[in-house]
Amino acid sequence: MRKWIDRKLVLFILWKGLRMATLLVAICFISFLLVKNSPIDPIQAYIGADMLKVGPEQRAKIAEYWGVDQPIMVQFMHWGSAVLSGDLGTSMIYRRPVIDVIGERFLNSLALMLSAWVVSGVIGFVMGVVAAMKKGTWVDRIIKWYCFTLASTPTFWMGLLILIVFAVWLQWFPVGMGVPAGVLAEDVTLMDRIQHLILPALTLSIVGVANVALHTRQKMIDVLASDYVLFARARGEQGFMLFWRHGLRNVALPAITLQFAAFSELFGGAVLAEQVFSYPGLGQATVDAGLRGDVPLLLGIVIFTTMFVFVGNLLADISYRVLDPRTREGRKA
Amino acid sequence: MSILEVKNLSVSFKQYTAGLKQTNHKVISSLNVTLEAGEILAVVGASGSGKSLLAHAILGILPSNASVSGVITFEGEELTSARQKAVRGKEIALVPQSVNFLDPLMHVGSQVRTSVKKGDAVKAQRAVFERLHLRQEVEQMYPFQLSGGMARRTLLSTAMVSGVKVIIADEPTPGLDPVVIKEALDQFREFANQGCAVMLITHDIESALQIADKIAVFYAGTTVEIAKVEDFLGQSEAIRHPYSKALWRALPQNDFIPIPGSQPHPSALPTGCLFAPRCEMATPECWEAQPDIRNLRDGMVRCIHAT
Repeated sequence: MRKWIDRKLVLFILWKGLRMATLLVAICFISFLLVKNSPIDPIQAYIGADMLKVGPEQRAKIAEYWGVDQPIMVQFMHWGSAVLSGDLGTSMIYRRPVIDVIGERFLNSLALMLSAWVVSGVIGFVMGVVAAMKKGTWVDRIIKWYCFTLASTPTFWMGLLILIVFAVWLQWFPVGMGVPAGVLAEDVTLMDRIQHLILPALTLSIVGVANVALHTRQKMIDVLASDYVLFARARGEQGFMLFWRHGLRNVALPAITLQFAAFSELFGGAVLAEQVFSYPGLGQATVDAGLRGDVPLLLGIVIFTTMFVFVGNLLADISYRVLDPRTREGRKA
Repeated sequence: MSILEVKNLSVSFKQYTAGLKQTNHKVISSLNVTLEAGEILAVVGASGSGKSLLAHAILGILPSNASVSGVITFEGEELTSARQKAVRGKEIALVPQSVNFLDPLMHVGSQVRTSVKKGDAVKAQRAVFERLHLRQEVEQMYPFQLSGGMARRTLLSTAMVSGVKVIIADEPTPGLDPVVIKEALDQFREFANQGCAVMLITHDIESALQIADKIAVFYAGTTVEIAKVEDFLGQSEAIRHPYSKALWRALPQNDFIPIPGSQPHPSALPTGCLFAPRCEMATPECWEAQPDIRNLRDGMVRCIHAT
């Protein structure tokens, strides 16, 4: 029995791996084509302000050197084979290998996204459960009102608001950036980093809570209306005991899955929040790369975020398989 | 003294039809049932006659859009909603209809154990499983792994271990093989013999006749007859209400003649006797007002012509 399940799991992972590979190829191709057809001129982006000093012959030379004058498919194959060998190229704005930039930026973003992910997940779950258990009362109404308001609030606006209140008026936290200005890199303490992390993480959490809470509330209402909860009540269970025995396990399952599947939204939110707080994360790098025509970095980030979101969805799938006895144990009878 | 008494129970549901227009659907009207200690009462009737709702009304687990009127007394005292909360699972237990009433993510053994109010829960659960021929590994299974019969026996176990005074069993027998049906019914009998009471809600009249002491016949949300089980055995002369007679005649071992027509929908009840449209004995009087339930020959009947 065990062995059979293990084999199933291996097959599942192989299948998912194949899907990820095909997805990546497709994403690479599409984004390459999009960038190629966009008004970004890589040479102009590279030269930047020195444009006046560079003549047409020199430009043609650079184009030839880079291979920009060759057919699009040849260019794609060039770039693709380099990517396959692990070389994503060099970022034009940072003048460093793309992979290093992404690695460093992602670590910053990871701290931000992870804290927002955990905070919004836990608080949202609790709020959703409370609202559903107290459905129709003032508690439920307040939570619902809060969630609807926040669900319709743009992340950047919430970021600005929090910036104004906590950084400008109250001056509890620094206005932006990832580390204090004017301090040597080796003198930056963990406390400094955490202080700079709090406001953007707060922004992301506050906005993220709404979705989680509303989903959990609806799911919990479904659970409470189920026959098995009716039967539990018929056996004298009520209140917290009822929730603990039957509510929690039945609502936690979809909640966990949803939480993993929310990786993509998390990244989308991080782009905006990082921009508002000038936080040196991957989101900010994405905006910079886009605005300043840093093609290698942009493509690198596209590949990386594809993987990030895919892994999130994969974890959601796996969590369901591991946690739900209905898919875990199969039919014994 | 009867252990459980239901007097003039009515249940209606508020429903929104076409926008914000609210209508009240009366699904149970002036229903009367009494349950004596030491006896098994079979509640029979077609589906949609309000049998399950009666069970839910007694336990106070109707949905929030339902409104209830009438009096339910338990051990001589009125069963208020506060008291309903207190007696659920402790004094009165429900055996529900289907596997959907088991928590899908919990081992069935643990679910049975939560019903045990005093003593060793594990021991009680294992003992009842053995009596109902459930293998020990069943306790480690999830509801989705149970067969229909195993699920029903599990549901039955939850009531058996609870040490209650009244069991309300909602269709406990369909899908069980005859051996297990007999075992289940014997359990009910034994339970009643200990001085407790069983309300057996069923449309399986044959099983009901084997085991019950009294039969209550439901039609369109009301009781039309309450009779001793002996009245239903033998010939049909002793049966009081024309609907009960028709039910009896529809049984395969009797005349096997189905009743023409169908039970009226709760939203379109006739003004007079609810059975009048299908009744051979109906006279113009029957159409005027719903007859009250009255005592007749040591039973009760809701028919002006019954003798």
